[in-house]
Amino acid sequence: MGDVTRTPTNLTQGSQTRGGIGESTLRPDGTLKATGEFAYSSDLWHEDMLWGHTLRSPYAHAEIRSIDISEALQQAGVYAVLTYEDLPTEVKNYGLEIQDTPVLAHGRVRHHGEPVALVAADHPETARRAAAKIKVEYAELPVVTDEASATAPDAPLLHPGRDDHHSGHVTHPNIVHRQPIVRGDAEAARTRADVIVSGEYEVGMQDQAFLGPESGLAVPAEDGGVDLYIATQWLHSDLRQIAPVLGLPEEKVRMTLSGVGGAFGGREDLSMQIHACLLALRTGKPVKMVYNRFESFFGHVHRHPAKLWYEHGATRDGKLTHMKCRIVLDGGAYASASPAVVGNASSLSVGPYVIDDVEIEAIALYTNNPPCGAMRGFGAVQACFAYEAQMDRLAAELDLDPVEFRQLNAMSQGTVMPTGQPVDSPAPVAELLRRVKAMPLPPQKQWESAGESADVRALPGGLSNTTHGEGVVRGVGYAVGIKNVGFSEGFDDYSTARVRLEVVNGEPVATVHTAMAEVGQGGVTVHAQIARTELGVTQVTINPADTQVGSAGSTSASRQTYVTGGAVKNSCEAVREKVLEIGRRKFSTYHPAWATAELLLEGGKVVTDGGEVLADLVDVLEDAAIDLELEWRHRPTEPFDLHTGQGQGHVQYSFAAHRAVVEVDTELGLVKVIELACAQDVGKALNPLSVVGQIQGGTTQGLGLAVMEEIVVDPKTSRVRNPSFTDYLIPTILDTPTIPVDVLELADDHAPYGLRGIGEAPTLSSTPAVVAAIRQATGLALARVPVRPEHITGT
Amino acid sequence: MDFLRPASWEEALAAKAEHPTAVPIAGGTDVMVEINFDHRRPEYLLDLNRVAELREWEVGEENVRLGASVPYTLIMENLRAELPGLALASHTVASPQIRNRGGVGGNLGTASPAGDAHPALLAAGAEVEVASVRGTRFIPIDDFYTGVKRNALAADELIRAVHIKKAAGPQQFSKVGTRNAMVIAVCAFGLALHPDTRTVRTGIGSAAPTPVRAREAEEFLAAALEEGGFWESGRTVPPSVARQFAELAAGACNPIDDVRGSAKYRRHAVTVMARRTLGWTWDEYRGFGRATEGNERCA
Repeated sequence: MGDVTRTPTNLTQGSQTRGGIGESTLRPDGTLKATGEFAYSSDLWHEDMLWGHTLRSPYAHAEIRSIDISEALQQAGVYAVLTYEDLPTEVKNYGLEIQDTPVLAHGRVRHHGEPVALVAADHPETARRAAAKIKVEYAELPVVTDEASATAPDAPLLHPGRDDHHSGHVTHPNIVHRQPIVRGDAEAARTRADVIVSGEYEVGMQDQAFLGPESGLAVPAEDGGVDLYIATQWLHSDLRQIAPVLGLPEEKVRMTLSGVGGAFGGREDLSMQIHACLLALRTGKPVKMVYNRFESFFGHVHRHPAKLWYEHGATRDGKLTHMKCRIVLDGGAYASASPAVVGNASSLSVGPYVIDDVEIEAIALYTNNPPCGAMRGFGAVQACFAYEAQMDRLAAELDLDPVEFRQLNAMSQGTVMPTGQPVDSPAPVAELLRRVKAMPLPPQKQWESAGESADVRALPGGLSNTTHGEGVVRGVGYAVGIKNVGFSEGFDDYSTARVRLEVVNGEPVATVHTAMAEVGQGGVTVHAQIARTELGVTQVTINPADTQVGSAGSTSASRQTYVTGGAVKNSCEAVREKVLEIGRRKFSTYHPAWATAELLLEGGKVVTDGGEVLADLVDVLEDAAIDLELEWRHRPTEPFDLHTGQGQGHVQYSFAAHRAVVEVDTELGLVKVIELACAQDVGKALNPLSVVGQIQGGTTQGLGLAVMEEIVVDPKTSRVRNPSFTDYLIPTILDTPTIPVDVLELADDHAPYGLRGIGEAPTLSSTPAVVAAIRQATGLALARVPVRPEHITGT
Repeated sequence: MDFLRPASWEEALAAKAEHPTAVPIAGGTDVMVEINFDHRRPEYLLDLNRVAELREWEVGEENVRLGASVPYTLIMENLRAELPGLALASHTVASPQIRNRGGVGGNLGTASPAGDAHPALLAAGAEVEVASVRGTRFIPIDDFYTGVKRNALAADELIRAVHIKKAAGPQQFSKVGTRNAMVIAVCAFGLALHPDTRTVRTGIGSAAPTPVRAREAEEFLAAALEEGGFWESGRTVPPSVARQFAELAAGACNPIDDVRGSAKYRRHAVTVMARRTLGWTWDEYRGFGRATEGNERCA
C-alpha cells in the first residue's frame, strides 16, 4: 500500500486541535470515581486467590526471643506462614535510599506495628485467626522517642553498625542525616538588628490519610516470576526494591499499576508489595493483600513531626537582617525519605524571603516512633509553619502590617537562596500576597445572614450545636511558602515516555505509554492533552502504567506534569519529526513549504506555522506506525555541600500564598475556617480545572494539619494511640471553607510549556495562614500544630 | 460467626434466649466498628433488620414510643416537635449514611458514654422497653447505664423501644468534637426544661464512665427558678444562677484524659455548654428563643 500515494489536493483549511493543553478536559475516570464504580487495587480479584495477612508488633521496641508458627500452620485453610527465616535470598532489607527496613523483623522490632510474620489462607478471616495463633515471645526494650533520648551517650542505637552514605557525617548514629547551611555572617548581621524574635515551634505527625488502603494482588507466573498489580507512586522504585529480596531478575517481576486511591507521599515506600509476592511465590497461588484502615496507619510512613527553633532579626524599617534555625525531624525507626526531607527542610528553611546571613541546621532522628517519610510538602511544610509564625511576630514587634512586612522582604527572580543558588525564574512572592489580600473578605456573621435563626453550619462546632454566636471571634491571617519541584540534590530525575502514532479506522490515533502512577493528580488527562497539542490528533489512548516501559519517576515532589509531561512532550516531538520526514519524502514536490516552513501537526493535518494546510496526517502515515520510547531529564542539580550547604540543589521553585479567615469559639476552643483564599503561580495551567482542584485539595490538607490531623504517639511507649478515622480526624466538607483561587501564569523558561509543579505549594502556606488567623482571634501564641481546643482554652 | 436472621420479634426473642451471647445488630454503627477493629468476635450476630416493627414509632398522649431501630434521620425529620433534644442529638450522629441506618437501640445496647442519644434521653426522661421470652419490663433511663459500656439488660433480653416523654418545654443538645461534623463526642450536654412539673433535667455524655445526669445542677436550677418566680415571670435568669448551674454540671463529671481530650477540657466544655444551653432553652421558654436554630435547614 505504501507505494500508492495520493496527491494532497482539495485540502480543507482550518486545523484546530481540540482538547490540547490549556483546556479543562475532564478526567476519564472522574465519573466512575464519583459514582463508586472505579476499580481500586482493593477490588482486584483472581480465581483461586489466597488472602495475605501481616502479623505486626504490638511493641515499639522489643527483642524477639522466639517465634512459634506451628499452631498457625495447622489451621485448616492456611497455605503458608512466613517469617524472617523464610526470606529466600541474602537481601532481607529494603528502603528508598538506605536499605535499613527489614522485610520481616529479625530478632528485634523497632516500631509499633512492624511486620513480623505473614500468613496466606483461603479466607481473610482464616488468615487473621491463624496470625493470632503465631506465638511471638518479645522482651521489651527501652524506647528512643526524641532528640534527647536518641542522642544520649547511652542511647540504644536503632541501627548499630550502620554504614550508609550518611553515617560518616552525622554527629550520632541515631541521626539519619544532618544538613547545615551557612551563608554570610549571621553573627555579624545580628548586630544590625533592631528587633530580634526567637521561638520554638512544633509540628505534629500528620498522616496522608489516602482513602484507598494499601492493597494489591501478586500472581505467580509460569516462568518463576511474578505479576504484581499494585497501587503505588513509583513502579520502578518498587521494582528495584522488590526483585532482589525475591531473588528474581527485574524482568521477572512484572508490575502493573492498579487503581490508586490517593497517595500524598504515603505510597512512595513499599508496604505489602514484597509480602504478597513472597506468599504468592511460596504457595504458587495468587495472593491478595488489603490493609484495613487500622492497619493502614501502620502500613505507611507519615509526615515527620518536627521541632523548630528560629531566630530572626530585623531593622526598624522592616528589613530582615539574619536568620538562625535548627530543625529536628523525627524520622522514626527507619530512614525512608528522611535524608531528602532534611535537604528540603534546611534548604527551604528561610522561606521565600531575602536573607543573606543565615545559620541553618536540620537533622532527622532515628527513634522508635512510627517511620516517617514523604508527604505532600516534604520538609517544607514544617519549616513554613515556623518561619511564617516568626514573620507575624516580627511584623507585630515592628508595628508593621504582616503582609507589607513580608512584601518588604519577599524574594524575586534573581534572589540567591541560602544554598547559593540563584532563583532563575519568576518568583512573584509579593504579588501573590497582594492578590490574596486584595480579595474581598467574606461577610461578617454569616450564620445570621441566612435568615432569622443561626445557621450552625457557619459556626464553630457546626452541627454539634455548641454556639449560636456566643464567644465567637473572627481572625484573619496570611502566609506564603516556597517549595522545590522535582527531585533535588543531584538525583537523576528522569521520565520515560513511549508514544505511538498510527492510523486506526481512518483516523490518526496517538498512544501514550508511561509508567507514571496516576494517583489522582491528573496525569492521564494531561498526557492526552500534550499528545493532542504536539501531534494534532484528537484520539489519544493512554496505556495502563506498567514496568514494560521505562521509569516515569515518582508521582511526588510536584514533578509529574513537569517531568513525565516533559517526557511525553519530548517523545511527541520526536514522533512529529518522523512524521514530517515521511511527509517531506512523500509530498515535498507538491508544495515548497515542506522544505522551507516551520511545520506543525494540527487537527489531523500537517500545517505551516502560517496556518496553511499541507497534508492530512492520514495520508502522510498511511499504514506506517511511528513508535518511540525516549527518556527525558530536567536540567541537572548537584548535592548540597555537607558542611556549608552550598550547591545548585533544586530544579524549580513553586510559590503559593494564602489568606485565612476563621471564626473561633474562644470559650470552647473550636475553630471554623470560613475562607482560605489562595494565589499561586503555576507557570502554565495545562489543565486549569485540575490546577484549581490541586490547589483546593492541598489547601484543605494544610487546614487539616492546622486544626485537627495528628497521629498521637504515646511518649512513654511510642505506641500509636489513634489509628482510626474515629480519632484521626480529617476535614469533612463542612470543615472545608470556600477556597477562592487566583492562578498566576508566569512562565518558567526552563520548564516544558513554562509550567511549574503545583501539587505541594498550597499545602505549605495553608497551615500557617489558618493558625495566624486563630492567633489574631485569640491573642494566643500557638506555637504548635494541630491547634487543639485545649491550647485555645488553656485546659 | 453465625448470622441469625429472625423474621419476627418473637423469633428474635427465642434466638436470644437460645444464644444469650448473640450480639444484636440493626444499623451496625457500633457493632461493625467493634468487629472491624477486632475488639470483639461474637459467636452469633442477631440481625434485627427483618423485624419491621422496630422501625416504627407512635406518638401518644404523654410519650413517644420509639422503636429501637428507628433511624436517626427519621427522628430528625418527624419527631422534632415531640423530641427536640433527641432530634438535635440525632443530627450530630456520624454521617448522613449512618444516620439513615443507625437508631437509638444501638446507642443503648452499646451504652458507650460517647453515645450521642444518651444525654438527650436522660434530659427528656425515658424508659427503655426491654423484652425476653420471659416477658417485658420497662427500665427507667436513670437506672439503665450501669458501668462503662454496660447496661441493665439481662443476657436474654433485647431492646424493643424507648418511651420518651413528649417535650413540654424547650430542650437543647450540644456536643463538642474537634471537627464540625461526623465526629465522636469529646463531651456532650443535654438539657430539658419541664415547665409542667417545674423541673429541669440534664444529661452529660463522654465526661464520666457512663452517661450521667447532673442532679445537683438540676435541683439547684429548679429551686432557683421556683424561688425567684421565674417560671411565672419569664424574667431572664441571672448570670450568677447560670454560672452556678454550669459549675454544678461540671461537678457531675468524672472525666478522663484520653486521645480525644483532656479531663480538664471536658469539665470546662461542660460548663460552657451548660451555660449556653440554659440560655437557649430559657430564651425559648420566654418566647424569644429559636431554640433549635438552624437545624431545620440542615435536615
